[in-house]
Amino acid sequence: MSPSEKRISGRGATERRALSARAVFAGPGLLYVTLFMSLPLLLILVYSFFTRGRFGGIVWDFTLDNYGRAFEPVYLKVFGTSIVIAGITTLLALLLGYPTAYAITRLSPRWRTIALVLVVLPFWTNFLIRTYAWIILLNSEGPLNSALLDLGIIGAPLGLLYTPAAVVVGLLYAYLPLVVLPVYASIERVDRQLLEAASNLGASRIRTFVDVTLPLTLPGVMIGAIFVFVPSMGNFVVPELLGGGKTVMVGNLIRDQFLEARDWPFGSVLALFVVFLLVALFALQAAISRRINGKQVTRV
Amino acid sequence: MTPLLSIEHVSKAYDTTQALDDVSIEIQPNEFFALLGPSGCGKTTLLRSIAGFEDPDSGAISILGDDGTSMSLLSLPPNKRPVNLMFQSYALFPHMNVRKNIAYGLEREGLSRSEVDARVAEVLETVSLVDKAKARPAQLSGGQRQRVALARAIVKRPRLLLLDEPLSALDRKVRVEMQLELKRLQHEVGITFVVVTHDQEEAMSMADRIAVMHDGRVQQIADPVTLYSRPANVFVADFIGSGTLLPGEVSGDTFSALERRLPCNNASGVHGPAVLMLRPESVRVTPDDSDACLRGAVIETHFYGGSSITAIRVDGVEQPVVARSAGAPRYSMGEEVGLLWDADEAVVLAVGGSSETPP
Repeated sequence: MSPSEKRISGRGATERRALSARAVFAGPGLLYVTLFMSLPLLLILVYSFFTRGRFGGIVWDFTLDNYGRAFEPVYLKVFGTSIVIAGITTLLALLLGYPTAYAITRLSPRWRTIALVLVVLPFWTNFLIRTYAWIILLNSEGPLNSALLDLGIIGAPLGLLYTPAAVVVGLLYAYLPLVVLPVYASIERVDRQLLEAASNLGASRIRTFVDVTLPLTLPGVMIGAIFVFVPSMGNFVVPELLGGGKTVMVGNLIRDQFLEARDWPFGSVLALFVVFLLVALFALQAAISRRINGKQVTRV
Repeated sequence: MTPLLSIEHVSKAYDTTQALDDVSIEIQPNEFFALLGPSGCGKTTLLRSIAGFEDPDSGAISILGDDGTSMSLLSLPPNKRPVNLMFQSYALFPHMNVRKNIAYGLEREGLSRSEVDARVAEVLETVSLVDKAKARPAQLSGGQRQRVALARAIVKRPRLLLLDEPLSALDRKVRVEMQLELKRLQHEVGITFVVVTHDQEEAMSMADRIAVMHDGRVQQIADPVTLYSRPANVFVADFIGSGTLLPGEVSGDTFSALERRLPCNNASGVHGPAVLMLRPESVRVTPDDSDACLRGAVIETHFYGGSSITAIRVDGVEQPVVARSAGAPRYSMGEEVGLLWDADEAVVLAVGGSSETPP
């Protein structure tokens, strides 16, 4: 063997070692995801092309009808409602979350940690319980209405509960922290010298924010938006509890197909639509990230 | 001459450290001025105070306005100061291409589109980056980024350009090229440059005058030759260039060490404990030690191609005396030799306490 060959084989061994090390690290997580995410996904992909069984389950007759059905006006309307409600929720979450995240990055390191803990504090209580609390709060005899009545601002209790607005309030409450965290991370990563550079070149503070901070944090904003938008679309607890079942969202529809209507194939199609939407949004996010950072792709 | 920038008695303290301690400097129009010192000496704090990113605790900084009157900088927010800063990290906007980066400052001045375009085109020409106008910073080499940062600052035609370690991020070879380039450019655009650097070679080769800083204080302000040949105190003598500091004592107007009177230039301003600074090229080594100032044994020789360095151990002196001579080393290790120097080239400096400026 010539010296150069020896060197090459030597490097091959190093690479093999690195590869097996990576396999050891990534293996368990990968296995978990494959078993409990990819396989069910594959399963619903398969289900979506077959016929529903009479009492649930699947009859193995190939069909594309399930996909056709998803485009019927009834279901399109549900998608429309879901997109509007999830969209409004996302927008409000960004409007509330961005300034919060921005303010946190300006705190001293000690207060920053405290603020971040406070942001995730709601996660320490069960989601259902927190949603039930909103029922009490928004109820016609609830504290909000009684306070408004006592202050004489309103003459009769407002019908706050069981409205689309109540659904938005509930979703916003559930997912706001998911906007704050990624946006915080992206603002934190903006090089302070870039802000000083903008200022040195004559930009006011607002101008600096619009021209430098905002575009550079857009990838983080997109991640935050996806974190709110997608689970809002899929959430069926909030529309049911706070929307009183009057506001039907994709999440409710999917759940009903599997549990009530026992139409697994059609439920699968609807679920795939949500998955597809998620993938499309992430692709968009990646494209925006690439555009903003020039050649290099920066993670958010 | 009215100075372009005057810094008067500026002080700034952080929690426990005095970053700037009563700093006063006057910088003349069209001067290439360097703030030189080890890291933590306060030079960057001073630069950032001029730009408006630090607020001094006391003192005044003023600049000569277009109308010939001086105006205070400290009362202006950073975005209103007629001063541009080239950042050490260059701080190029990663989401804008080269053109947009350079145009950004002009757009903030509210100039017309055609004027902005014309001036950006002109400055791209000056820094030879016309073909990179559409590139993003991430697609450029270090030297190219440095030129974009420079272009972005000079396109505003500031009266004063501040440069924070402008060359430190570059490879050695590119750095030497850029030193010449910066000097040429400064001459061409006629802007006053203030460069912060820790690299004395860089400061010496580019600047007209240098302020050496240490522990927040200005140690000496002088042109490079004076700094080198007539340092004001031990810190400057030690920091600038290389050489030997021989400890001794001054009484009357003579410097003596090892119970010998040694030739020196200016002992009269100093009293008591002192050091004698000998630059390597001032020290001559001779085999005949009859008229030598000091005697010692060769302990090290290094050959650098054009010149060589000889280190001589003198009994009773901790630090070896270093001599530089042209050509190859002429003495072998252990050889007993004599050392000679001209009185004019040996500077006596007080140790501790007073630091009087030599003539």
